[in-house]
Amino acid sequence: MKASEIQALFDEPACHHNHKEKSGCVRPKPGATAGGCAFDGAQIALLPIADVAHIVHGPIACAGNTWDNRGAKSSGAALYRIGMTTDLSETDIVMGRSEKRLFHAIRQAIETYRPAAVFVYATCVTALMGDDLEAVCKAAAARWSVPVIPVDAAGFYGAKNLGNRLAGEAMFRYVIGTREPDPAPAHPAGIPTYDVNLIGEYNIAGEFWKVAPLFDELGLRILGSLSGDARFGEVQTMHRARVTMLVCAKAMLNVARKLEENYGVPFFEGSFYGVADTSRALRDFARVIGDDGLAARVEALIAREEAKARARLQPWRERLRGKRVLLYTGGVKSWSIVSALQDLGMTVVATGTKKSTGEDKARIRELMGEDAKMIDDGSPQNLLSTFHDYGADILIAGGRNLYTALKARIPFLDINQEREFAYAGYDGMPELARQLALSIESPVWRAVRQSAPWRSGTSCQGSGIKTPQSGAGLAAA
Amino acid sequence: MAEILKTVKALAVSPLKSSQPLGAALAFLGLARAVPLMHGSQGCTAFGKVFFVRHFREPIPLQTTAMDQISAVMGADGNIIEALHVQAEKNRPDIIGLLTTGLSETQGADIRRALKAFRAAHPAHAGMAVAPVNTPDFAGCLETGFALGLEAIIETLVPAGRHAGRCPKQVNVLASSMLTPGDVETVKEWVEAFGLHPIVLPDLADALDGHLTEAEFSPLTLGGTSRAEIACMGESAATMVIGASLDKAADILRVRTSVPDFRFDGLMGLAACDAFTTALAQISGQSVPPRLERQRDQLRDAMVDCHFMLGFARVAIAADPDLLTMFSRFILDMGGEIVAAVTPIRTEALAVVPVHEVLVGDLEDLERQADEADAQLIIGNSHATETARRLSRPLLHAGFPQYDLIGGHARAWMGYRGSRQALFDIANLLQANKNHVPGIYRSLYWRDGSRAIEREAVATCAAASC
Repeated sequence: MKASEIQALFDEPACHHNHKEKSGCVRPKPGATAGGCAFDGAQIALLPIADVAHIVHGPIACAGNTWDNRGAKSSGAALYRIGMTTDLSETDIVMGRSEKRLFHAIRQAIETYRPAAVFVYATCVTALMGDDLEAVCKAAAARWSVPVIPVDAAGFYGAKNLGNRLAGEAMFRYVIGTREPDPAPAHPAGIPTYDVNLIGEYNIAGEFWKVAPLFDELGLRILGSLSGDARFGEVQTMHRARVTMLVCAKAMLNVARKLEENYGVPFFEGSFYGVADTSRALRDFARVIGDDGLAARVEALIAREEAKARARLQPWRERLRGKRVLLYTGGVKSWSIVSALQDLGMTVVATGTKKSTGEDKARIRELMGEDAKMIDDGSPQNLLSTFHDYGADILIAGGRNLYTALKARIPFLDINQEREFAYAGYDGMPELARQLALSIESPVWRAVRQSAPWRSGTSCQGSGIKTPQSGAGLAAA
Repeated sequence: MAEILKTVKALAVSPLKSSQPLGAALAFLGLARAVPLMHGSQGCTAFGKVFFVRHFREPIPLQTTAMDQISAVMGADGNIIEALHVQAEKNRPDIIGLLTTGLSETQGADIRRALKAFRAAHPAHAGMAVAPVNTPDFAGCLETGFALGLEAIIETLVPAGRHAGRCPKQVNVLASSMLTPGDVETVKEWVEAFGLHPIVLPDLADALDGHLTEAEFSPLTLGGTSRAEIACMGESAATMVIGASLDKAADILRVRTSVPDFRFDGLMGLAACDAFTTALAQISGQSVPPRLERQRDQLRDAMVDCHFMLGFARVAIAADPDLLTMFSRFILDMGGEIVAAVTPIRTEALAVVPVHEVLVGDLEDLERQADEADAQLIIGNSHATETARRLSRPLLHAGFPQYDLIGGHARAWMGYRGSRQALFDIANLLQANKNHVPGIYRSLYWRDGSRAIEREAVATCAAASC
């Protein structure tokens, strides 16, 4: 990919970063950077498309070190769980055989697994060598009559965020708009069906299955998703939706914007974390679609679900009230989680805003007050000192900070993609509350913080020991 | 403090309980050159033998007085005398554990009188120790039988005296039936780490750890605590008592010898291990070895790592009281919940089990309670394998018997390392059984088209259980 093309991607008119110096797409700083590369971002964004053969074109590291470590769940097709890579050897690279190898790799994937499509991901080595991914994919697609999509997002192009965007770009250029949707079957309740898109929802830990029934109930058919529990054939039809919801993330804003510009599909941003945000998202669907009947059904559903959620959350609210949270999500989802935590009566003492936009920050201030502590420096030292300075009870962050917290003997909740639990929707909140209480209330913290009794001279009460029982006493020994 | 409830039903279904004579026999199986002799019909012994052979995967010396119809009615003292005589002539054991059974107790056998008659009739065998134990099948369970066996061993083989501390580096360990040979090994190394010499009673680690020996066959135990060691237990600096079921045995030993004792409900978990380590440091006057400190730090790290899986985990346990107490505390200290605690008999020590309610019952009771409370993990013996299968829940094997697990007898639960491994294993079992992932939801709009085909594929796959 040409430098100018990459540069063009940094220009995202719908992104609030665009005209400000602080942005989520800044250059990584050598020697002080954590987080994934563009390849990582592209792979994360597309991997959940379940019936696609995802081939990573490069030496073993890019696929071998990462495959099968995401929590995105599929309701059926499971091809995405199989790691595929051209695993280039030194000879392949020196002798220039990598394109040929890729061609055969694509054939093998198609013949063995009959995928709905093949996605080929470029990596640093193949990009640097100058492999013509697009040409190979085109030739392979013509030869075997299966769509073969190049995803040109080599690691050195930039950070993870850019990779998300490059992935979206590939979807927009090669996939969306290449098929017309199947007609929707009639809704059993006789209500009209509206087709909608979700972008940025990954069905982590199957959490969208807690929300999906609400869509069915309201007559909202999810035409296509990028990319939770998605299928290639559905992504192809996303241009025919009535509305797109951009879930909790700016990463594939480019796709939403282009759907609007090229096909007139409006979009809105929202989140399924927390009761309030879930309700807001459903209302926004009704608002954009503009059907009064739908709006009324949404209100009825919200009233019912909120009452149910409130009842289920009540016991947790009592246990969590007043507990203090340090939130570090890297940024984009911060405000959404802040409101969810406040729903529970918890106090968010500080939040990460490294990737947040000005608008995100304004929203955080609105929720947390003017003097909300915002953290840009997500280094372990800074997180820990903030945790202690603000008297927090739990750190909520991504998996990479997990062991930072545990080594420091502080409670933790994993909020990112590797997590195991489903927090979305009305049903997700009790699960979130449960996990918070589980870690905060765990007796292990007190146990592991104490120094060994032979150091501090504390007693061993409660351990079931009765010492010593003797007429003679130890003096006799 | 637990409330002890008993199920009111006529039929015990999927029994959890193993009988007292088995426990007493096990105590003697941990002594050197010993053989347990059950006073009953030969079946009592045969069943016991199979029970232990399958559990330990070892040959088990176990003899019987082989009561028949006539001796059952007319008196069987003769059987005892003959059996002792035959053993003495044939195998020359150092110790025989003479255990009663349901049959001989119902008959009203007086094994002490029979023993006296044997001594009078065969003075040549005076050197062979015989410890009589009353272990009717109709009372207690394996754990209580084991404790009774130990009490008899102490009363028979430990001389009364006032020489406590004569061997300042020597420490007695009374180990209850919940200790596996692996546990005993752990405890011995633990004690030795402080420069102390342990005398473990009974030393299952020496007898039933499963080791190949030069001798191809032995009618007696292959290792275990020797008579000589038992005889000098009165000279030790201290006694470590592991398991509340041994309270009485410990009392007897202390009264006989004045050796001070330290008592532990179990040695699983940080607090219990720390208490044991502290006691050893105190007895030896030595500081805690760095190796133990490191193991302690490893356990603490595992506690922190595993609290996500064990926290709020709903666990159902069926075990004899000592094991039940130890595991319950271990799970609770990790933030888990005990949703079912079932034990075969009522004991005084049960009152300290840190759960709301302990049910004296069987595995049917466990199954019902575990099902009602949606337990995520079952802890129990091999008989609970079917329980767990019916509930579709994982089973952690613990207790007697363990038929369907290789090496179950060798695993160490106790100590910093054993506790850590237990955490890992429990966390893995819970994690592999992910019941927190929401069920797959299929949209009503997928009735036709490509997603419909997928549904059939998924159904076929489920039918083939792949």
